[in-house]
Amino acid sequence: MSFLTVTNLSARLKGTGFPILRRVSLSVAAGQVHGLVGESGAGKSMIGKAVLGILPSSVEITEGRIELDGVDLLSLPLKERRRRIGATAALIPQDPLTALNPSRRIAPQVTDRLVDILGWARARANARALELLHEVQIPDPERVLRSYPHELSGGMRQRILIASAFAAEPKLIVADEPTTALDVTVQKQILKLIAEMQARHGTALLFVTHDLGVVSKVCQSLSVLYGGMVVEDTPVRDFFRAPAHAYSRALLAATPKYTDPMASLVPVPEAVIAGVQAELAAFDRGARHG
Amino acid sequence: MADGRAQIRRRAGPRLWLSALWLGLLALAALLAPWIAPKDPLAQDLFLGRLPPFWAAGAEPGYWLGTDSLGRDVLSRLIHGARLALTVALVAGSITCLIGATLGLLAGYLRGWVDIVISRAIDIWMAFPPVLFSILLIAVLGPGLSSIIIAIVVIDWTRFARVVRAEAMAQGAMDYVASAQVAGRSRLSTMVTEILPNVLPTIVVLLTLEMGIAVIVEAILSFVNLSISTDDPTWGGMIAEGRTSIHQAWWVLIFPLIALFLTVLSFSQLGEGLKDRYDPVLR
Amino acid sequence: MADLYAVQDLRLSLPDMTRKPLLGPAPRIEILKGISFTLPKGEILGIVGGSGSGKSTLGCAMVRLLEPTGGHIRFDGHDITHLDEPTLRPLRRRFQMIFQDPMSSLNPRHRVGQIIAAPLRLHGFTDIQAKVADALDHVGLARPFADRYPHELSGGQRQRVGIARAIALRPEFILADEIVSGLDVSSQAQVLNLLERLVRELGLTLAFISHDLSVIRRLCSRVLVLHRGEIVENAPVTDLFAAPKAAYTRELLDAIPLPDPDQVWA
Repeated sequence: MSFLTVTNLSARLKGTGFPILRRVSLSVAAGQVHGLVGESGAGKSMIGKAVLGILPSSVEITEGRIELDGVDLLSLPLKERRRRIGATAALIPQDPLTALNPSRRIAPQVTDRLVDILGWARARANARALELLHEVQIPDPERVLRSYPHELSGGMRQRILIASAFAAEPKLIVADEPTTALDVTVQKQILKLIAEMQARHGTALLFVTHDLGVVSKVCQSLSVLYGGMVVEDTPVRDFFRAPAHAYSRALLAATPKYTDPMASLVPVPEAVIAGVQAELAAFDRGARHG
Repeated sequence: MADGRAQIRRRAGPRLWLSALWLGLLALAALLAPWIAPKDPLAQDLFLGRLPPFWAAGAEPGYWLGTDSLGRDVLSRLIHGARLALTVALVAGSITCLIGATLGLLAGYLRGWVDIVISRAIDIWMAFPPVLFSILLIAVLGPGLSSIIIAIVVIDWTRFARVVRAEAMAQGAMDYVASAQVAGRSRLSTMVTEILPNVLPTIVVLLTLEMGIAVIVEAILSFVNLSISTDDPTWGGMIAEGRTSIHQAWWVLIFPLIALFLTVLSFSQLGEGLKDRYDPVLR
Repeated sequence: MADLYAVQDLRLSLPDMTRKPLLGPAPRIEILKGISFTLPKGEILGIVGGSGSGKSTLGCAMVRLLEPTGGHIRFDGHDITHLDEPTLRPLRRRFQMIFQDPMSSLNPRHRVGQIIAAPLRLHGFTDIQAKVADALDHVGLARPFADRYPHELSGGQRQRVGIARAIALRPEFILADEIVSGLDVSSQAQVLNLLERLVRELGLTLAFISHDLSVIRRLCSRVLVLHRGEIVENAPVTDLFAAPKAAYTRELLDAIPLPDPDQVWA
């Protein structure tokens, strides 16, 4: 049973009508990690944002359904939608430097959701925060809870953001490029931590990334996006063994690989780009007529 | 994939045209005042005192916006007042901009002791209460057009210096400045060719705002009778006179207020409009 | 082969303004702690390390955007460690730099043509339009690009402009600081191929700073691994990947997520 189901979701830029998402469909089951992969502008972050109801005001959804735990979010009134998302989903953001408020201590930033949305008492929320910081392996958590963000390293801050994402036991977490800003050695620790936490809590995880290496480590399935369209939706093992779409194959060949330098970093051939562009055009024609 | 912003073409929009239209009319009126003003702005006629504007009962033909308590034509005084308002706006605005922006640019880009000296000067300067400071200055310099301009420049250069300094500092941290250094460009030349074009849109917006502020400052000084000779029509002077007879002749107060309001608004909108239209980065 | 760069016991410290006492000078942080290496002509040197390793600072010192606090940098026999800007200027043509973020390194209010022409003018070149056109040809951008503004270009195109500006002066050395880390993999591959070709065609010596060992493996002939301001390993690229000597190098290699679900990633 999928916890998150997105069906034929389309979105466009207000004003110009430039398509951002083109009838995207995907589903993530409880306890599963689904990757969203693509180059910049492919719309991968927009799907995560649409699910969490945090699309920029310049983007509007034109059709489709986003079902969270069997309820179509887009049919709910705004306030109810916010409440539902707040109670069942959470975000691990990209940049640990800007995602924490620099002028507040760590503790309230981890517990805010528990107090505000779930109505917990402060003391209970603080106890939970301590427990969570233990769980994400932060040394000396009492001291860290009293610290300000600037006193902590990037990796430490990302651990705190992970802790606060899991704080309210959400059923779905959207991780938006959570390790892009980190060093490769720290990235490894953080990815392992996310995978561990996700498995232990049985959370459905939507993992947005541009890095196929990262996908192969944490995801069970993935959608490859180009121009806001899903070009391939497949289990991870099938994808890396034999990508079905020409664009996926090209993307894989362009990814650097130190074990096989000559077979990596091959530019995406222009014919492949032309091919996938033609698919987009055909899709738009179909959408206009149907 | 091309940046989405590249596709967005911002158009000038009505605010640029409307503000330019008003300021253009005002400039024409100021230039041609002796020829287009229907009456002599100083001619008094006590028999024609407090005539209402043309649409009201009891209006006299030829006095479109009525007369004040001394029987002087309000429209003619407005037109002649525009001369002083615009002169102050253009001259005081430009000089303030030139001095303030240059100091701000030097402080923000060169940093070091130059910045320390200029920043301290700004801090100290801003601690003076501006209205009292200007009244004091005029009292020392004596009333007159040049005194108003000097007062505005002396008080307001900090406004430019502060904003331009911050902007220049931000631009100075960009890699294209480092890149100019790698290419072997000297510091001063980098400031002019690399930093200045990027600070220019901000300077233009500030300049037009400053012109609006200069009009207001002149009006305030006229209002407290510290501007040029009281005979010459000024908007601030008209507002001060109109205030005393607001119940008998509201139009003496309202028309110069409207002119002042539209002019200040037009200046600020002109700046924003120009930025939208001509800044290659936003366009 | 002659060494283009000889760096000896290079030290660089910066004042730590966050811990500056109210009175007196700020304490200094040592960023480079005695770096020594040589760079022969024609070599492509990879400089790798995590954030805070000092790799970018080392690069900035090599092109003298920063002045070292100790040691020596010799460029083609000239000691450039403490040269002042006017003395340095004639040498500047010979070592150029490509920056990480092409959006911030290209002046947004200048057209591409002006951006490439500016260094040429400064160094008194003649026939500038032809040289700009030639530089655009070299990086595979059509001539009409000269009239565009940087924000009208894609990330990969902007980085090509950065490269065109650097090669237009026909330098002997180019420092490339994380130049592909902001690009999509497809543009990344194109830019790297382009750089490799230019190095060959123009006989350049290149220092390539990156946090990504996979990219270094593809491009470089020798690698410096930096950790906390010190060189922990300096080896030919094949040796480094076949048998890394330093523990930190091994840690870096083990942390790379290969696009392969079967990789053991313990």
